[in-house]
Amino acid sequence: MKFFKHLKKISTAGLFGSALLLSACASDGLVRGTGDMGIVIERATGSVLVVDNTKDQTITRVNGLGDLSHASAVYSRDARYAYVFGRDGGLSKVDILKGELVKRVIQGGNSIGGAISQDGKLVAVSNYEPGGVRVFDAKTLEMVADIPANDGSKTVGLADAPGNIFMVSLWNDGEIWKLDFSKGLTPAITKFKDIGTNPYDALISPDGRYYVAGLFGEDGLAKLDLWNEAKGVERILDHYGKGEQKLPVYKMPHLEGWAVAGDLMFLPAVGHHELLVLDKNTWKEVGRIPVHGQPVFAMAQPGGKRIWVNFSVPKNDTVQVIDVQNLKIIKTMKPGKGVLHMEFTPRGEKVWMSVRDENRVDIYRTDDFEKVGSIEATKPSGIFFTDRAHKIGL
Amino acid sequence: MMLHLKRPFAQCVKALCGVLIFCGAAQAEIAQDRKAELLNFLEQDCGSCHGLKRTGGLGSPLLPERLEAMEDETLADIILNGIPETAMPPWKAIIAEEEAYFLIKQLRDGLKKQ
Repeated sequence: MKFFKHLKKISTAGLFGSALLLSACASDGLVRGTGDMGIVIERATGSVLVVDNTKDQTITRVNGLGDLSHASAVYSRDARYAYVFGRDGGLSKVDILKGELVKRVIQGGNSIGGAISQDGKLVAVSNYEPGGVRVFDAKTLEMVADIPANDGSKTVGLADAPGNIFMVSLWNDGEIWKLDFSKGLTPAITKFKDIGTNPYDALISPDGRYYVAGLFGEDGLAKLDLWNEAKGVERILDHYGKGEQKLPVYKMPHLEGWAVAGDLMFLPAVGHHELLVLDKNTWKEVGRIPVHGQPVFAMAQPGGKRIWVNFSVPKNDTVQVIDVQNLKIIKTMKPGKGVLHMEFTPRGEKVWMSVRDENRVDIYRTDDFEKVGSIEATKPSGIFFTDRAHKIGL
Repeated sequence: MMLHLKRPFAQCVKALCGVLIFCGAAQAEIAQDRKAELLNFLEQDCGSCHGLKRTGGLGSPLLPERLEAMEDETLADIILNGIPETAMPPWKAIIAEEEAYFLIKQLRDGLKKQ
């Protein structure tokens, strides 16, 4: 009896103690899942907003990330840490649960983006200066591999592929490199040469099979089938703008993500105010959709029912939405000046848009285009939700 | 110097007026609102390729010391007409000539706040 009494005392104390601990953690934001969280890059102030896409609110702001023009981010596989790649060569690791900068290293002079490996242990950064790719331990941010490019070529379109592989394209040299880290920290490098002039960005299909680089210096895209590498790089859509006067490209299009709906795939044309539509089985053009300006992002809403497109200056106040069943523009929206990026909630019921010049991120319902929320942000650009943690190529 | 001092006073005043009128005209050409728009444009949109702090990116750095060797006319030509076969587009459809010179001045001054 005495023993039980004692036990009761302990357990009461224990309960009380854990309740205290729980409330302390909750106030720190620790006791919650990260599945509905994300970050918004504030490009001019070197900060990121940690956001909640269920409540459509900002949780906190994390400062001290340097020059974030053209910044992007990837997530650790537990979706707790965001790795942010800054223009100034900074690689920052942000704990989104605690809302703090864990570590920041200056890894290069000028960088453009990065990727995380399949096993989550390596973070690779693509550099303009000094060129090439550098790879870091995801835990400590210590450099574990340095892969210089020919004559310091600028690298673009860095993406992860299954098998702890990073794929990257060389802007200056027109090459695609496969960096295979499956056997350790000294990568086996395979170089695919003469893929076309000035690859500007690339993407990888969600199954990890195809790596496709867009070309700025000529029409078309370079496609590599990673399941049948020996076939080498094939050119697709290489006549899409032939003989037509190219319009000025005020901003490079982006090939992030895979805008695929059913059998159709959508890509921004370069120097033409059009979206290219191709059959993803044959890789042949099946149509073009004239749009409002030079497309920057063409993104499929999760489920693939609609494609959302934003544009370069001076048309960057507009977003158009295309119905994939009839390839018609069903909505033209004017969210405000400087729509730089869009991010869908994981199942696609809402889309967040950064409206840079209005210092806002606006939130729209995707089914009826109703604006359902807005958060303040200083010169917002990229928006990155944590569901990216579990997607190949993001 | 001596030569200037020997000039008749009226001529000096006339020359000075001319300078003042010229400056006035140049100022009036770009409205204050448009200047603010151009500065934002320079930082954010040029910054997309040249870096928000103009340290370079896909495009060259645009820091004052990097531009020293180049004439205003050359830079204006690059802004307005682009550089063929590169990613630098012609901006003349959205940037007027006097606006290009305004942008160049801001770059040479290292974008000090107006």
